[in-house]
Amino acid sequence: MAKKKKKVPGLNSSSTADISFILLIFFLITTSMDTDMGLARRLPRPPEENQEDQIMDIKARNILYVRMNAAGELWIQDEAEGGGTVDISALKTKVLRNRVKAFVKNEQNSSKLPEKHVKNIDLLGQCFVTDKHVVSVQTDRGTPYDTYFQVQNELVAAYNELRNELSKQKFGREYQYLKDEEKAAIRAYYPQNISEAEPKKYGGS
Amino acid sequence: MFKKKTKREMPEMNTSSLPDLIFTILFFFMMVTTMREVTLKVKFTVPQGTELEKLEKKSVVSYIYVGPPTDQLRAQMGSGTRIQLNDRYAEPREVMDFVAAERQGMTNQAEQIMSIKADQHTQMGIITDIKEVLRKSWALRLNYSATHRN
Repeated sequence: MAKKKKKVPGLNSSSTADISFILLIFFLITTSMDTDMGLARRLPRPPEENQEDQIMDIKARNILYVRMNAAGELWIQDEAEGGGTVDISALKTKVLRNRVKAFVKNEQNSSKLPEKHVKNIDLLGQCFVTDKHVVSVQTDRGTPYDTYFQVQNELVAAYNELRNELSKQKFGREYQYLKDEEKAAIRAYYPQNISEAEPKKYGGS
Repeated sequence: MFKKKTKREMPEMNTSSLPDLIFTILFFFMMVTTMREVTLKVKFTVPQGTELEKLEKKSVVSYIYVGPPTDQLRAQMGSGTRIQLNDRYAEPREVMDFVAAERQGMTNQAEQIMSIKADQHTQMGIITDIKEVLRKSWALRLNYSATHRN
């Protein structure tokens, strides 16, 4: 009888599973799954040395003041409705949001709300826009961060709603689904002019 | 020749594909998660908002943590609000160096985003200081970290 060919024994791979389990557990521990979300804002450019004392005059009708004090209370003021305190809990009822929307929109072309200019925007043609308006946000050093954040959130929400309305009206879609050049047109119509410094100093950059 | 087998053995389950299976899970986790870069020395609960955007490009994001020291460190550091950059506590003016150092490793430096992870109860004074420094160091894209609220 001829000898059978000797078989090479297979490599014992039963521990590979254990090794990969250890790797898996290592990655589970060292990594975090949470997707980071946040409110995106853009800071104004730093003031240049020689421009320090330049005073930009902004007409009173173009400014909406939102002030926050150390107790977390809000003071909203513009020329149309004057000033008044609003409690922070009132933000849920969209008081600030609607005020900002009415301010930026100036539907009736009121002389107490921001002035309108004719502006030629690509894709939209000639528009009456309130691009000179400024929302001036002022905080105290003692204002809670949460208050500030909620106010910022409301301001961004107001602009987002305005842009959505316009984009639905003009393009039939929500702002986020627009093409880049269409977005740019909408942004030119409703620019976000939120100033966090004294408007007297830095203007609406 | 035709002897009956005494005992019939149960065939073992084939586990040769188990490592592949686990490797697949491993790769999945490597894809969807990010490395935790720092050990937190401050504790914070970020505020809740509705108009949030996702931070898509992790490579251009640097984090600034603001809040009171964690419970273990409170004995030494007190309970005042602190800023954490990388693995240590810092003063607001040190943010400028931090921005520059972070910027150096980036390929598209103009897209640098600073993400502020601050506790809800922080007072605005310290945030304003940080913002002022960020502005001076031309890190103008900012992101106030938050969680979603309905």
